Amino acid sequence: MDLAAILGSISIFTAGFCLCVGASAAGLAEGYAVASGLTSLAQQPDEAGSISRTMFISLAIVETSGIYCFVVAMILLFANPFWQYAVSVAAK
Amino acid sequence: MLELYDEQIAFILPYFNFPVNWTIASTWIVMAVLLLVSWLATRHLKTGNKVSHWQTAMEVMVKIIYGQISEMTKGVNTMTYLPFIGTLFLFILTCNLLTIIPTFKTPTASLSTTAALASMVLLGVPFFGIKTAGMKKYLKKYLEPSPAMLPFNILSELTSTGAMAVRLFGNVLSGVIIGSICLMLVPFILPLPMQVLGLFTGMIQAYIFAMLALMYVSSVHGDDDGVPAQDKKPVATDNETL
Repeated sequence: MDLAAILGSISIFTAGFCLCVGASAAGLAEGYAVASGLTSLAQQPDEAGSISRTMFISLAIVETSGIYCFVVAMILLFANPFWQYAVSVAAK
Repeated sequence: MLELYDEQIAFILPYFNFPVNWTIASTWIVMAVLLLVSWLATRHLKTGNKVSHWQTAMEVMVKIIYGQISEMTKGVNTMTYLPFIGTLFLFILTCNLLTIIPTFKTPTASLSTTAALASMVLLGVPFFGIKTAGMKKYLKKYLEPSPAMLPFNILSELTSTGAMAVRLFGNVLSGVIIGSICLMLVPFILPLPMQVLGLFTGMIQAYIFAMLALMYVSSVHGDDDGVPAQDKKPVATDNETL
């Protein structure tokens, strides 16, 4: 296997693994956040506005780690910074 | 397949020989839409019972944004934050909602646009902090709870606004990519629900970006213990006029 093949396979595997871990962890965390938000919403329906606003903002903050994983996976797949080097080595 | 709107040239600006990429071009389109709508709505402003439909719609929009901001800041300095936060919200909302128009390349799917919006928030923190709380209280915020936390406080300013940029970019980009993947695999019906989900995500993201910006911008202020009495008075009159 030459360098480009190794780099490509490692990049694809790492992108998939990164998305897998990032999506499942962020999904679990957001599920917990929504569950406790709904519990407090059922207990105090009068505070619906402030509870749901705080819940949405915390959801966005929790989701950030998942989004980071997505961006890193996209960079690995489509804008890999080492790809040019591998191509230049292969061209020699 | 990754949509790099920064590298796709829309047209060459005549006389300047300046290549305009799709990010800038679609930002101009969104700006034109916003300008046209607000010009149409504010042409014949009047008070009384007979007002135009445009004015009513605009008043409803401003009232909703005003209500959200004043809930968050507990009614203090709402009119100070309203233009900034409202503009951010409307701009991102228009960008995200226009994604359903085919061939429109939404500017928020490019990191340059979201980074520019987030750096506006980064500059807005000292601006609104000094404006509402005063220089002394603003600088004192960085020394709390103890002066040893100074580097961490500065770091948290930078990273939280950077996270805002990456969050908006990642959310919109994931919608765009899911749409194009669906178009490749099952181009008949399946992209439709994904597009609808994209519209929903776009609205939520615009709301969240505006609310987080408001949180950071009004963080200096915090509780209203240090607010002079004359600053509180106009709030009541604002509530009456709106």
